[in-house]
Amino acid sequence: MAYNTVVEDNIDILVVGAGLGGTGAAWEARYWGQDKKIVIAEKANMDRSGAVAQGLYAINCYMGTRWGENKPEDHVRYARMDLMGMVREDLLFDMARHVDSAVHQFEEWGLPIMRDPKTGAYQREGRWQIMIHGESYKPIVAEAAKKSADKVFNRVCITHLLMDDAKENRVAGAVGFNVRTGDYHVFKSKTVIVGAGGASNIFKPRSVGEGAGRVWYAPWSSGSAYGLMIQAGAKMTQMENRIVLARFKDGYGPVGAYFLHLKTYTQNCNGEEYESKWFPALTEMVGKEYLDTEGQHLSHKPIPTCLRNHAFISEVNAGRGPIHMVTMEAFQDPHLEEIGWHNFLGMTVGQAVLWAATDVNPKYENPELTTSEPYVMGSHATGCGAWCSGPEDISPPEYYWGYNRMTTVEGLFGAGDAVGGTPHAFSSGSFTEGRLAAKAACKYIDDGKAEGIQVSDAQIQRRREEIFKPMEHYRINRNEITAGSVNPRYINPRQGLDRLQKLMDEYCAGATVNYMTNDKLLQIGLKKLKIMEEDLEKIAAEDIHELLRAWELKHRHLTSEAVMQHTLFRKETRWPGYYYRGDAMKLDDANWHVLTVSRRNPETGEYTMEKAPCYHLVSKDG
Amino acid sequence: MPTFVYMTRCDGCGYCVDICPSDIMHIDKVTRRAYNIEPNMCWECYSCVKACPQDAIDVRGYADFAPLGHSVRVRRDEEKGVIAWRIKFRNGEKDMELLAPITTKPWGKHIPQLSDVPAPSQAMRDSQLLFNEPKYIRMDEGGLHTLESNGLVMKEGVYY
Repeated sequence: MAYNTVVEDNIDILVVGAGLGGTGAAWEARYWGQDKKIVIAEKANMDRSGAVAQGLYAINCYMGTRWGENKPEDHVRYARMDLMGMVREDLLFDMARHVDSAVHQFEEWGLPIMRDPKTGAYQREGRWQIMIHGESYKPIVAEAAKKSADKVFNRVCITHLLMDDAKENRVAGAVGFNVRTGDYHVFKSKTVIVGAGGASNIFKPRSVGEGAGRVWYAPWSSGSAYGLMIQAGAKMTQMENRIVLARFKDGYGPVGAYFLHLKTYTQNCNGEEYESKWFPALTEMVGKEYLDTEGQHLSHKPIPTCLRNHAFISEVNAGRGPIHMVTMEAFQDPHLEEIGWHNFLGMTVGQAVLWAATDVNPKYENPELTTSEPYVMGSHATGCGAWCSGPEDISPPEYYWGYNRMTTVEGLFGAGDAVGGTPHAFSSGSFTEGRLAAKAACKYIDDGKAEGIQVSDAQIQRRREEIFKPMEHYRINRNEITAGSVNPRYINPRQGLDRLQKLMDEYCAGATVNYMTNDKLLQIGLKKLKIMEEDLEKIAAEDIHELLRAWELKHRHLTSEAVMQHTLFRKETRWPGYYYRGDAMKLDDANWHVLTVSRRNPETGEYTMEKAPCYHLVSKDG
Repeated sequence: MPTFVYMTRCDGCGYCVDICPSDIMHIDKVTRRAYNIEPNMCWECYSCVKACPQDAIDVRGYADFAPLGHSVRVRRDEEKGVIAWRIKFRNGEKDMELLAPITTKPWGKHIPQLSDVPAPSQAMRDSQLLFNEPKYIRMDEGGLHTLESNGLVMKEGVYY
């Protein structure tokens, strides 16, 4: 192939993926490293990339310590309860104690944050959420990242991390290709902060055909955060903790503002409240500590999202679907009606399009809800991601190895979806994690930890061949057939994605099997994923755009394998409503009140699984 | 609702190609105009619609669940800092216009250049503070929360 090799050398901080985590990292890095070389590689255009590309109507993580609203530990307890105990509380506390300073800067930069006219404080949607006019949230934070970065490489898809040839398990940069020119890009860097995305589209979506793009999380969230780090041998945690969303049917429009601000609620097809009747059996399944409906009003503990999903799914399975969102009351107030629509236009325009297309006027009709296919990510209400070090002043020894948000690979840091065990970070928390990682990465360099890195030409050449192999494979085998997409020597990226989604759905608890799996199913699934790995060596790309899709698929495949391994390892049903282990239908605190940690050996592809202790933040006085 | 491009309006400028997060707006080699090459990877995020100087890009609801005959149009004005939407229902019974601010400040003018601010001291580097902290956490003189300050400890085991 005649594509150029473009080398960017002597980088100090390389930010891979510039969503909210990556922009936060690039921005903050300049303060701690005023003379350092900061470079961003982003597969799209940073002005509209990542999960916040189309905007947001709320910032879901804001403490409001300034108004005396919450303390960081309040948020930790909330996230702990919502995730049935399985979180990294050191990382969560750290994020929560810094997050407000990010939000206050966003406001200063021009992000319109709504204010409560009576108190002057930010307008609350719920306890943790504040309301914004966030159509331009992403372009605004991108402006900040551009100010701090020496260079921004838009349209460069990073496929692999580079590893140091002088010292084992140390990062040395990253490689990828430009999705426009096809050029091979080599970034030699002392540290890498992965801000790449979680994974949509690894489980078969409910939509078919054209609508397959209407996924809840962005279709360009290709699990690259995990694909890149797993390939490099970084340890991962809580990868089984996929999330299923109860959302407006087909459009997957957000429900947060509806529940919290508009005070809408759900009911079954007969107009009945249905949740509470499923709770007694559910309490037996998970234990009173996690669901105590009688004591709930005393403890002020929220009902975990997965358990509410469980009630939803059970009610539909009992034949009393669809579940409706009761909007007809709230929408009689013209102000609330307007908020209901703005909420979609600010972050999920497709839902507005769908209601316009189907003449659903929520003022006169209660719209349908559905539970989505599962998603694997670590910044919304779930905590998949890399096993990272916490901050020095909080973390116990098992959680601390020197640099905040550094993975188990030296010099490799994460932010946002990339960091495991930190659910409920959302946009502001991801940006904050980027800032924390940037400071730590600068310290790592200043401490001399990145001295003597060597990257051999052989490594660079090997990756180049690997990256372009799908195009080469297409060129060699294309003319064996007359025309069309059926070829005995290759599959194309779409065909591969369809296969991945089907097998993840059927063997790893997708929507069409009612989120159910067991040991036997997972064993078969893993076998099929291994065979698929062989076919991924024979994936064919007709052009550079398909090459992008080929690499996204490979990252999704690596992510899927980790999800499958973790789901197999955790022999309990920790989050009913997200997924069920049919062979272990109870929550089992005696054996599984632990975090799951995996490592894939980059040489052999073998997985090793371990349990890590779960620490909780408790009052000093007991 | 994947995007599509009106033949008579598109002049092939490529703004949509430049902005699309999914890399699916491409220029057709024959007509020299933009089109959506992969509708099932379209998130209907409207980034291309907003970026088009010719108003040539629109959205038609996903064929698998959205009937024809609706419209959601948008104009985003960076100078004025506002975005204007118009939603028309299929049955013609609802026709809404909605306006929202997108920024309160001129673009990029209020973001500091961090290479020009005073460099952090060694004490600051050794602390847990980030840029502009502790001030920006509470907009007052209070410090950063720690386990110590909040009377907390990290304990291994089963706690709820």
